Amino acid sequence: MAKSVIQLTNVVKKYKEVTAVDHLNLTIKKGEIYGLLGPNGAGKSTTIFMLLGLTEPTEGELFIEGTSPTIKPIEVKKKVGFLPDHVGVYENLSGKENLMLTARLNGFSSREANEKADQLLEQVGLAEAKHKKAGKYSRGMKQRLGLADTLIKEPSIIIMDEPTLGIDPQGIIDFLNMIKTLRDEHQMTILLSSHHLHHVQQICDRVGIFVKGRLLAEGDLSTLQEQLLDDHSYVYEIETNRNEDVRKVLEALPHIQATRLHDGMIEVKSRKKDNGDIAKQIIEKGYQLFSIRPVFYGLDDIYQQYFQGGGTLGETIK
Amino acid sequence: MEKRLNKEKWQNMIQQFATSPFWVLVQKEIRDHVKSVRFNILLVIILLTCVGSLYAALSSVKELANQIDTSEQLMIYLRMFAISGEGGTLPSFITFMTLLGPLLGIAMGFDAINSEKNNRTILRIMSQPIPRDYLILSKFVGGLFVIAYFVFILGMLIFSLSLLIIGLPPTFEEFTRIIVYLFMIILYVGFWLALSITLSILFKQAATSALSGIAVWLFFSVFYSILVNLLVTTSMPDDLLATDQMAQHERMAMLLRLSPNYLFSEITTVLLNPSYRTLGPVTFDQISGTIPSILDLSQSLTIIWPQVVGMLALCFVCFLISYTIFMRQEIRS
Repeated sequence: MAKSVIQLTNVVKKYKEVTAVDHLNLTIKKGEIYGLLGPNGAGKSTTIFMLLGLTEPTEGELFIEGTSPTIKPIEVKKKVGFLPDHVGVYENLSGKENLMLTARLNGFSSREANEKADQLLEQVGLAEAKHKKAGKYSRGMKQRLGLADTLIKEPSIIIMDEPTLGIDPQGIIDFLNMIKTLRDEHQMTILLSSHHLHHVQQICDRVGIFVKGRLLAEGDLSTLQEQLLDDHSYVYEIETNRNEDVRKVLEALPHIQATRLHDGMIEVKSRKKDNGDIAKQIIEKGYQLFSIRPVFYGLDDIYQQYFQGGGTLGETIK
Repeated sequence: MEKRLNKEKWQNMIQQFATSPFWVLVQKEIRDHVKSVRFNILLVIILLTCVGSLYAALSSVKELANQIDTSEQLMIYLRMFAISGEGGTLPSFITFMTLLGPLLGIAMGFDAINSEKNNRTILRIMSQPIPRDYLILSKFVGGLFVIAYFVFILGMLIFSLSLLIIGLPPTFEEFTRIIVYLFMIILYVGFWLALSITLSILFKQAATSALSGIAVWLFFSVFYSILVNLLVTTSMPDDLLATDQMAQHERMAMLLRLSPNYLFSEITTVLLNPSYRTLGPVTFDQISGTIPSILDLSQSLTIIWPQVVGMLALCFVCFLISYTIFMRQEIRS
């Protein structure tokens, strides 16, 4: 039975008048990759800072492996590796020296630090640049150095804030693979925040959609889809020679909830799955049916919808 | 058996200290300072001015030696630090130190915390398992280490050069006085370091904090005495009785002692002039009957003890402010 590694109960964070995080409940199990998906300013970073004990919640409790980061931040920081969106490096130190500093701050001796730094730099593909000043690293290199920096303390949990920001596409693929390997090989628990749906979609076991400080929906991708869509409605796109008239015909059908015209198509929302009835009706009335196809909402649409102001998807068709 | 246990305990303690995160941070600070261009420029400037003042002192030391009564102890090495060049063309070592010391302190601390913030390295350091105050404390201790090292080298340089040139052996009293004086310089520069670290927490921009540090320094070294003078004299009538004059003087001194520069100048005066018996005004009654002789180091220290504690207190005030702000501050990128 997997036990919960990260737990948030009723967490509220207020900045003067603004509520950054609003009654957030979240449970993440061991060995899970959890994606916090949300637009900028949704409160993702604030949540992460609270988990690291850098910010105190206004209300509610947080626990990481049973320890509260608000009360015992140092205990928590021993277990948690944190990768910020912009990795800060000491520019006058070389990449390796930067890593060794972190290692030594975590209590490793300089010999251990040296070995570990070499090994990790190899792992993230920076072995050749390790003696170069970190200030001269490119954005992607800094991010990889950041990952090595996160791993050097041998954490059991990794928290990443927008880890894919500003890396080129190939870099992102490599990066995501690296994260997956970490989970598979070391059973690490990973929490990552992003506003890039596709990155999250690729590696996360579960996703939470986070808007305006609230967790709107959560689960793996298929349950998320179910949750967000009005589960008992089906949507079809129909193209005929005379859309206006066909629309009226269809509206008369008992199981049709709503129809809408757009882009030369009729969008039909139906209460039950179509078994050829719609096509039959159209043809029987003497219209020409060019195409009919069911519309599936991908996460993309769901995401768009939420970011534009919330509500369920079906509401677009009125 | 017991002895060996003790030895092991010590070894353990030293080992723990060497690998403790605090010491790691201090090491990093020292390294950063020594390698930085800024520090090296300051180093050259101060070194040059001190050699200059030494040259000035040496050129007028002969004259000075002639003036002094043979019965009086020479204390020539103390004079080396205090005398200026012929006709005051070149200022003395202590003038340079009072002037440039604060600048050194400010230059080493003005971007301590805000540069970490602007570089986002603060987030990285703060997500490591170390208490928050380690960061401020390591900045201070690291800076102080470098300052101490530098001041000692400078002091010993002047001391040994004078020894080479003058050729008279220094007395033990002179040597200890100079060592104590060097410690006082470190304390003084340490105050300015603490102040500039506080400013670097208060202000986001390094330039703002540097400028405000320099403003404080200018205020205390130039304007503060003028201000105090103005305040005290305007609040008193022109012709005063002798007792009132005493009171006025006391009040002025009390106000002036709020300034670290004034405290340091008093410390300097007493430490480098062993014949100084008191810092306040003295009446003729008190003087009559005293034998003109010089004081022990311990006696001089008793006179300046309040000043030293005052300076320490000023350091603590700076620390108090930086702690209360920094510990409550949210660390965000």
